[in-house]
Amino acid sequence: MRVLDDDGDDGQTVVLQVRGLSVSYGKVDALHGIALRVHRGEIVTVIGPNGAGKTTLLCALIGLLPVRGDIVYLGERQDAGRSVEKLVRQGMTLVPEKRELFAEMSVEDNLLLGAFDRYRVGHRDQLETIDQVYDIFPRLMERRQQMAGTLSGGERQMLAMGRALMAKPRLLLLDEPSLGLAPLVIREIFRTISQLKKLGVAILLVEQNARAALQIADYGYVLETGELSLEGRSRELLTDQRVVESYLGLGGRH
Amino acid sequence: MDLQIALLLGQDGLTNGAIYALLALALVLVFAVTRVIFIPQGEFVAYGALTLASLQAGRLPGTVWLLLALGAVIAVVDGSLAIRARQFKRLPWIVLLSCGVPLLLVGALLAVSAATLPLPVQVLLALMLVVPLGPMIYRLAYQPVAEASVLVLLIVSVAVHVTLIGIGLLFFGAEGSRTPPFTDVSLEIGDALLQGQTILVVVASVVLIVALYFFFERTIYGKALRATAMNRTGARLMGISGSLAGLLSFTLAASIGAFSGILISPITTIYYDSGFVIGLKGFVGAIIGGLASYPVAAAGAVLVGLLESYSSFWASAFKEVIVFTLIIPVLLWRSLKARHVEEE
Repeated sequence: MRVLDDDGDDGQTVVLQVRGLSVSYGKVDALHGIALRVHRGEIVTVIGPNGAGKTTLLCALIGLLPVRGDIVYLGERQDAGRSVEKLVRQGMTLVPEKRELFAEMSVEDNLLLGAFDRYRVGHRDQLETIDQVYDIFPRLMERRQQMAGTLSGGERQMLAMGRALMAKPRLLLLDEPSLGLAPLVIREIFRTISQLKKLGVAILLVEQNARAALQIADYGYVLETGELSLEGRSRELLTDQRVVESYLGLGGRH
Repeated sequence: MDLQIALLLGQDGLTNGAIYALLALALVLVFAVTRVIFIPQGEFVAYGALTLASLQAGRLPGTVWLLLALGAVIAVVDGSLAIRARQFKRLPWIVLLSCGVPLLLVGALLAVSAATLPLPVQVLLALMLVVPLGPMIYRLAYQPVAEASVLVLLIVSVAVHVTLIGIGLLFFGAEGSRTPPFTDVSLEIGDALLQGQTILVVVASVVLIVALYFFFERTIYGKALRATAMNRTGARLMGISGSLAGLLSFTLAASIGAFSGILISPITTIYYDSGFVIGLKGFVGAIIGGLASYPVAAAGAVLVGLLESYSSFWASAFKEVIVFTLIIPVLLWRSLKARHVEEE
């Protein structure tokens, strides 16, 4: 295994370190000068309004978009040869906003394909991994023969997350897992996310639902019109005047 | 027409229909996974048949040179890409795979006289010579433009088709070839005489279709191909790259094409350009299935075979016209039935 970078301050291992990251669509800068850091076993959240560039950030990190700036993943600087396939092999996995499930395949087949790359390089432990995913999401176990396209919104999100976990990721990128879900389901999904942390997975969670995200995260960033405007421990952000006013509402609880 | 003729024609139609069904499945597969309308599908039929014929005639088939040339070009292209990316460790593998393997095959062919080998070995050799052309052509012609529109990919297909026809004429000459039948057995059921070769074609096609079904339903690579067809982004995020899926589907399409050619070469005389029309009839079947449904495509292709056979009896001169005119009502029905969805 590659020796991981040491953070220095607190001795935790840094999984992802980003400096001066910019992404542009043509001449328009969608993201500018982003700097962030995710440690092992930590949930880091990026909150911000619609159109701030949150999804762009995750797509850029996984290699779907070309970037400028530094990305250091697992102690290795990403160069021009980076690609989605290579990053997936190195344990970075994205659960996209649109879920991108294989609609006309069963839940079980969707999960199985999550382990495709591991299978390809010779890890034939997908059946054990599937049992672990069923432990985390018992609902998927009940639905395992059903077509993915027939699932409810919450179940789809569970399947997208379960499929990502089949790759045994080191860094899980979650794009708006609460999008379009009922409050009760959101609570269940977020409880699961905070459980995943205990497995040692580093999680970068992008959310509009700022309160729910900050409540389970260790550290948070605020992204506004393509730039990070604020960062801090999530406990502090939850009480920060600016965050409260813009993103949490005036003391109103959901 | 009496019953005997009807049965004879039906038998003929089923045999051809089985071949068209195989080709239709390959066309649907390639289109679903890569969005390529694979016009050169038929050339693999001709190459398969003519390569086998050359081997049986004791000649070195021209396919050998094509294999070597494509291998060399791929070695140069992939090699320079690897050098630019500073992945020097990959170099020996690239050279070994794209040059070494074809060379080994040629060496084997020169060492033994293929004409004296048993038929199954000859068939295997022919497949080994023709099938690798599929992924090689994908690598050189399609992979660099994999993200382009369906139209661009179609234009590439036309170019590959014309090139392969020309190369076929160069390698195999203008004369047609027919290989000896795999079996001389014939069955007499009532009035009808059933040719062994006919049974063989139908049985082999059915076996191949069942094998394909198991590949897509039971193996993780088959599922990965289906997943790519359903959701390209989703598949990429699982590490199923477009080029892997493309190489895999082109390998399957080339295998199906070459195998079909080998199956029919004892029944019909195959010329260097016969593949095109055969492939087009498979394409009519694939269109009936909307280039999406495997079972409907296969059934449509069998229908094409039967229609062709019976129309050759009643209106022999219009045989092809009738078969290809079938596509018009089908397209009309499809366009009335389907919601119009803009692509790209």
